[in-house]
Amino acid sequence: MIVTILDVVIAGLLLGGIYALIAVGLSLQYGVARVLNISHGEFIMLGSFATWMLYTVLGINPLVSVAMCGPLVFLIGFFLHKTLYRSLLNSSNSLDVFEGRSLLASFGLLFIIQNLAILTWGGDIKGYSYLAFGVNLGGAIFSANRLVTLLFAVAIGAAFYLFLARTRLGKAIRAASQDPAAAGLMGVNINHVLALCFGLGTLMACFAGGLLSMCYPIKATMGLEYTIIAIIVVVLGGLGSIPGSFIGGFILGLIGSIVTYKEPSLALVSYYVIFILLLLAKPTGILGK
Amino acid sequence: MGVPQFTSKRFLVSRSIMLIILVLLGTVTAYSPGYTVVLLSSILMYIVLTVGWVIFSGPTGYISLAPAAFFGVGIYTSAILGKALLLPIVVAIGGLASFCLALLVGALTLRLRGIYFAIFTFGLVELIKHFLLFWELHVTGTRGRFVMVVDYNTIYYFMLIIFLLLLLTAHLIKHSRYGLALESIGQNEDAAAHTGINVTMVKVVSFAISAFFMGTAGAIMATKWTYIDPYIAFNPLFSFMPVLMAIFGGMGQLYGPIIGAAIFTYLEEFLITRLPELYMLIFGIILVVAILYLPDGLVGLIQKIWRGISGRKHANP
Repeated sequence: MIVTILDVVIAGLLLGGIYALIAVGLSLQYGVARVLNISHGEFIMLGSFATWMLYTVLGINPLVSVAMCGPLVFLIGFFLHKTLYRSLLNSSNSLDVFEGRSLLASFGLLFIIQNLAILTWGGDIKGYSYLAFGVNLGGAIFSANRLVTLLFAVAIGAAFYLFLARTRLGKAIRAASQDPAAAGLMGVNINHVLALCFGLGTLMACFAGGLLSMCYPIKATMGLEYTIIAIIVVVLGGLGSIPGSFIGGFILGLIGSIVTYKEPSLALVSYYVIFILLLLAKPTGILGK
Repeated sequence: MGVPQFTSKRFLVSRSIMLIILVLLGTVTAYSPGYTVVLLSSILMYIVLTVGWVIFSGPTGYISLAPAAFFGVGIYTSAILGKALLLPIVVAIGGLASFCLALLVGALTLRLRGIYFAIFTFGLVELIKHFLLFWELHVTGTRGRFVMVVDYNTIYYFMLIIFLLLLLTAHLIKHSRYGLALESIGQNEDAAAHTGINVTMVKVVSFAISAFFMGTAGAIMATKWTYIDPYIAFNPLFSFMPVLMAIFGGMGQLYGPIIGAAIFTYLEEFLITRLPELYMLIFGIILVVAILYLPDGLVGLIQKIWRGISGRKHANP
């Protein structure tokens, strides 16, 4: 009994670490840049496929290739904001209008990136095996790649939190998220900071995608599923709150693990039920403003 | 000034064009090949979804991603009741089921504004889909359902009647106090509430009316597919397409969404048969371009060009 509980809890934490990592980027993009980026999952997918290709073709260690692809995906996100979302922001007369239009534009991006990926890599499931040996944790066996993923998720999250809390740039980002106009008057280059946040969001998605590809099979249409989970986690933790994303991610991971233990086919249903109940009861989430 | 005369002439011309189109649409099954009728049915289906979406989301600015939910409820109603009841009754029940769902959802989501409403409605489609999947797997032990077959002329006439009823409803709403109330909610909801508009009631009722038409469209179009399952019935594309078509056509006038839906459905049929692998890619590119460069849609663009031409005429007589 104790072993079973431990089993379910550890599985939940492992799942939660991934959920948290995919949610952090989305939370940043919405919290600061005000873009609810539905194409977030597509950047996760890009990270996964880049890692998969580098490993199967060139034999590069997935953890190294994640670090290699990150800057490239960051630049894609950065310039995407500088071009597409910047001109949307300039032509929208209120923030509400911008939020709606940027949501729809990111739906367009989703279809563009997903279908380019299908054209490039085909629609079938891919995967590889890396660090796939078992590790015994108090009687329960877990594969090593999951544990590595959890460690990296926590490390990336902590580093990111320190970046926001301690550095000058982090301070500028937090200022921009509280009041863009006032931050601009205080000498923060708002255009730059918003694009930076969007780029950091896609960077996080790429990291998450690379780590995911070590544990789960990947396919070109996997993005939307992860986007939906990220949205649920972000709403659970509070839109725009980085610690909230981690708390939300681990809560959802634990719930997912418990429900999967009882009845696997209800896991997704339970996510949506939690999501809808939460939106009705407290739309601002656990740590929301 | 010849203004009143001009308007009445314009009024007559537009009415006679509408009458001619109506007669053509009413008699099309008599002289055109089956394919045209089937294509027209799909066009009418997307027009119903798009205009239905615009009734609520156009003036209020609430982005609803729930059309797939209401359309899917209609489809499932038809699949469950299709063999037991007469077709018109099935279609009406499909609409009423969606109407009731929309009343419930509308009443629950009153507190949600802006982006939260969009997320919620998107989540709703996925929730219903996954719940039905679970239900079919564990309770009824089936996967999907067969729908009774109806010939394509009947489908077409049902769609035409639904389309005309929807146009009438949309026209009446737009030119009534309800339409004005919806507009003022879109401009400033708090101010609208302060001027004495029952914001809650107006929002929920118009949301439910739009859902009714989506439900009827689902109930009749289900017969075209013969087999349906939760993935087909609750495909999120049925939520995205109406939004895209409305934005592409332009929401300022009632004919904007109609033109948008007609062009897109034709484009869809064309691309799916010729370039199936590029279809969704082109769809995404058009969506991004339309949002970036066509803030008032195709109709807004044409009006702008028209004003440019006639303005130049006045400038250089």
